[in-house]
Amino acid sequence: MTEKSKVIEGRTGPWEIVLGLEVHAQVASNAKLFSGAAVGFGAGPNEQVSLVDAAMPGMLPVINGHCVEQAVKTGLGLKAQINLKSHFDRKNYFYPDLPQGYQISQYKHPIVGEGEVIVEHDDGSTFMVRIERLHLEQDAGKSLHDQDPGATYIDLNRAGTALMEIVSMPDMRSAEEAAAYVKKLRTILVYLGTSDGDMEKGNLRADVNVSVCRPGAYEKYRETGSFSHLGTRCEIKNVNSYRYIQQAIEYEARRQIEILEEGGSISQETRLFDPTKGETRSMRSKEEAHDYRYFPDPDLLPLDLDPAWVKAIEATLPELPDAKKARLQAQYGLTAYDAQVLITEQARADFYEEAAKGRDAKLTANWVTNDLAARLTAGGFAIEDSPIKPAGIAELVQLIEEGVISSKIAKDVFERMWAGEGAAGAIVEKQGLRQVSDTGELEAIIDKLIADNPGQAAQVKEKPQAIGWFVGQVMKATGGKANPGVINGMLRAKLGG
Amino acid sequence: MAIDAATVRKVARLARLAQPEETLEKLAGELNGIMNWIEQLNEVDTDGVEPMTSVVQVPTPMRADVVTEGGDPEVVLSNAPRRAGNFFVVPKVVE
Repeated sequence: MTEKSKVIEGRTGPWEIVLGLEVHAQVASNAKLFSGAAVGFGAGPNEQVSLVDAAMPGMLPVINGHCVEQAVKTGLGLKAQINLKSHFDRKNYFYPDLPQGYQISQYKHPIVGEGEVIVEHDDGSTFMVRIERLHLEQDAGKSLHDQDPGATYIDLNRAGTALMEIVSMPDMRSAEEAAAYVKKLRTILVYLGTSDGDMEKGNLRADVNVSVCRPGAYEKYRETGSFSHLGTRCEIKNVNSYRYIQQAIEYEARRQIEILEEGGSISQETRLFDPTKGETRSMRSKEEAHDYRYFPDPDLLPLDLDPAWVKAIEATLPELPDAKKARLQAQYGLTAYDAQVLITEQARADFYEEAAKGRDAKLTANWVTNDLAARLTAGGFAIEDSPIKPAGIAELVQLIEEGVISSKIAKDVFERMWAGEGAAGAIVEKQGLRQVSDTGELEAIIDKLIADNPGQAAQVKEKPQAIGWFVGQVMKATGGKANPGVINGMLRAKLGG
Repeated sequence: MAIDAATVRKVARLARLAQPEETLEKLAGELNGIMNWIEQLNEVDTDGVEPMTSVVQVPTPMRADVVTEGGDPEVVLSNAPRRAGNFFVVPKVVE
């Protein structure tokens, strides 16, 4: 499955990386997992905190049904097993931003079991990442360490927000694969609407498990399922961007190889990635706390899902990225690459499908994925807010298809459309950009060119490709408005090229 | 399960309880007594019986995804030993 392993040459021979990820995705919901306090970004400190979140004595958690539905929906989107019976455990540890003294999580019986995600490499080939489980848990509050030299400030707004922890099997073999997996997972979550996947706001973060082994060891692990074939892993906590994920993995793998090559051994530990230094360091503070003493939370009843309810949720699933990609390729004859670029965002694929109605599918895809995408990115626009609507692209493509304008002129028309000068057809008329296919007008230009350049004209007989020079000259003389097909034909007839 | 002084020390530390060294042995004895008493339950044959985590046999009540609480930092902070603006302030914790 993962043929694309990346070998790192060490002093004592080659090494390979093995990666497993725990992704924490904030559930898209109005209220928290066990309280009626709001979930959101940008509120003032402690403004979105209920007495449950603050763990006041006697307060009891009541689960938010929508968050359960979101977890089930995500599980279905990951083609995973939905566990109709699951329950919540307490994970005990002390930290000031965790007022309860424990996190409510699902340890032994998660709501979602094994699933899978198909991930694309940059070159379009794919690999599969197995999902071990998905469970629901509470987020902690936020600690601010930089407000006071002798104290820590605590904001509990985030405390109790619902998270889905999605645990993968160790199926990624390079930093690029890990980043590609997170990207794909994020796309699926956004399609499902179960998380906004906003990494900048910390709504999607990853813990990365890194280990290294000699070539061949990973294959043995896959054959036997025994982790003993793999190296000891270190867990890098809370990495929250694709770039940091890659940097952290590359640094950590090199660190481990260095220790092993010097005859040392890796101790299993939790590490922190420091983006400013580009390195990982041990989180000693967490080591002692590793004894979480999980036990079933007596404040919460087991979750008992009705199979009919799960079926009803299944019926609401949207077309997911893989299915959409396959359909775009089949329905529009697009390449895997074009389809991939289009499905990265649901809205982009929708935009495309609307623009492509009755138009040349490939040409439309080019305009949506190249010129328009570049303009949108440069201007910081989401495709939903694009100043040029699908109908605008469709009209432009139609003008090209019908030979009214050349592809080159179309770029100019597109820029004018972007600048708000109106629809494609109107711009072409107003600016006189209609392609010159009038043979009389072109004939005069061509005859004059041949008369003025007899040497070049003679050359065409021996070197047919020299005709290109004439095509260029005619284009120049007509301001790019000549129809290249028409000129070519006329020149051939006259010069015998 | 036998509890010794070292186990008591570890559990006390995990629970953030400052337990003087000279009390550990005595506590170990008391805890062993409690554990032994509970272990009588092992005499019951529970083969094939699903573990029960709750005595309440009703479906989990679920709340609607509606904001009904919060928006009042004063209430939340009213018991805080120390505050700065609307933040709780605690002794410095460093990663």
